[in-house]
Amino acid sequence: MRFILRRTAFYAFTAWAAITINFFLPRMMKGDPVSAYLQKNQGRISPEAIDSLRTLFGLDSTKSLLEQYIDYWQLLLSGDLGRSFSKGLAPVTDVIASAIPWTIGLVGLATVLSFALGTAIGGLIGWRRGSRADAIVPVATFFSTVPYFWMGLIAIAVFSTTLGWFPASHAYDKGTQPGFSLEFAGQVIQHGFLPALTLVIGSLGGWILGMRNMMITVLDEDYVTVAQAKGLRPVRVLINYAARNASLPQLSSFAMSLGFIVGGTLVMELVFSYPGAGKLLLDATTAKDYPLMQGLFLVITLAVLVANIIADVAYAILDPRTRQMEA
Amino acid sequence: MTTDDLLTVSQFSVSYDVNPPVEAVRDVSITVRRGEILGLAGESGCGKTTLAYGIQRLLKPPAVITSGSAVFHDESGEDIDINTMDDVQLRAFRWEKASMVFQGAMNALNPIITIGAQLQDVFSTHRPAMSRREHRLEAGRLLDIVGVGSGRLRSYPHELSGGMRQRVMIAMALALKPQLMIMDEPTTALDVLVQREILDQISDLRKEFGFSVIFITHDLPLLLEISDRIAVMREGRIVEIDTARNLYENPRHDYTRRLLASFPSLTGERGGFVRRPSESALDAESGVTVQ
Repeated sequence: MRFILRRTAFYAFTAWAAITINFFLPRMMKGDPVSAYLQKNQGRISPEAIDSLRTLFGLDSTKSLLEQYIDYWQLLLSGDLGRSFSKGLAPVTDVIASAIPWTIGLVGLATVLSFALGTAIGGLIGWRRGSRADAIVPVATFFSTVPYFWMGLIAIAVFSTTLGWFPASHAYDKGTQPGFSLEFAGQVIQHGFLPALTLVIGSLGGWILGMRNMMITVLDEDYVTVAQAKGLRPVRVLINYAARNASLPQLSSFAMSLGFIVGGTLVMELVFSYPGAGKLLLDATTAKDYPLMQGLFLVITLAVLVANIIADVAYAILDPRTRQMEA
Repeated sequence: MTTDDLLTVSQFSVSYDVNPPVEAVRDVSITVRRGEILGLAGESGCGKTTLAYGIQRLLKPPAVITSGSAVFHDESGEDIDINTMDDVQLRAFRWEKASMVFQGAMNALNPIITIGAQLQDVFSTHRPAMSRREHRLEAGRLLDIVGVGSGRLRSYPHELSGGMRQRVMIAMALALKPQLMIMDEPTTALDVLVQREILDQISDLRKEFGFSVIFITHDLPLLLEISDRIAVMREGRIVEIDTARNLYENPRHDYTRRLLASFPSLTGERGGFVRRPSESALDAESGVTVQ
């Protein structure tokens, strides 16, 4: 109980710090968003419009920094992250909400799949050290060292251009309305297959290698020998004694990678023109769309934080030693 | 075969298949009698642990058993050749007939599951007919026997002291009432007082349950005190095997004499364990109790 309270306090503090930095960052930058917007649309905006823009962005008042900070929190809690310049003054929350599901769906699924597959394969290879299965390791490592954009392009060239099995870009066919129909779901799977496949292949090597090495270390531990001396079935020794201990470091890397899902994988989204958060962040940066960038940073920070919480909880469940904060 | 013998190891050899190959155990022949404590002494790296693991067929590559046999003479009168068992038979044999207590009490328990679960593992594997409730009761009873207490079933290894962990290991080794218990330096990592308690406990339990013990250690004085017979091992061979008293009073092999001479006696002088013929038996007794 005490453990949970301490962790909660820690995370609350981290979240507060992240949100506060997010508040100060744009205020420390030169110029304000409205001037930047006006510069882009020189002469096309009437003085009245400028005034209302200033009001919209809260730049009209002479409020103190503290009052602005309080306002910022109020807006944040009501889900208002401001408006995006580059997306026709659409609310930032809407813009982000339209990109995030694609990223989480695709990158998330690929990450989970890669982790599960890589850990299982790595565990088995480590368990049967010296067998022919060891050959998987260099192959998988080769694929993770190949630059991702190159692998993506090759995948497009082979499976899309030459064989025509999968579409080369976008999340669904042009002209289809997103909705919960069978046809749409099929399109999403078809469009997502190549990006997901390349993501899995590209990251599998790391998981396999990590798990295999941990497995080999753990297999030398006395408790594994004890388990064997007890006459336990090999499956039980493998799962309860070897793999459970070996997978602990994997788990923390997995939780960390969960946090980066929301940020998206920029290269993948560029290669496959996928409408995800990574591409959105790039667009926002090139367009100097500060409100959108700020919103994305906030969402990514919070996602990393949530991933950390998940890792903490999972670790506490799986490794009793971490539950003990002080002796 | 006489029914007095529990385990007959003959011409047992193990080598580590590395380059150049290391012959860790060479042509060892040894018998363990029913109910006795057989001490296996020798310096680090002399092959005593390899021999013990070899008897249980727990060796992992690159170690290979190159020759010899280990035959277990079961209570039922059946002779079991450990080397010819298949995997299923071997798993059924392990722990049921011969259990082990390992050296590092710190690492011998799985850190992430409760000691109760690790005890119950044994029952669910070897006594599948019993209910889970009975498994738990039995595991609790074992912890009571070794003085850890059944309240500790839900504890994790890191919550116990080194001595308690070693007791848990002993409880685990007792679980199926095996006829043979192989103890590989069970007290080495513990301080002298805890070591004493554990040793007393082992000899009490042996009296109660009547199992044989192969007690492996480099601590010859300790063996002199607790063992019925002692085998001295050096470079993979058994150089001398005799009763504890004979070995102490009349060591025949040069190496045994050197080993005895290397331990200080209670008064701190080296060589206090080398018996000079003129000394009285009373002196001998007082020297022996030193660890």
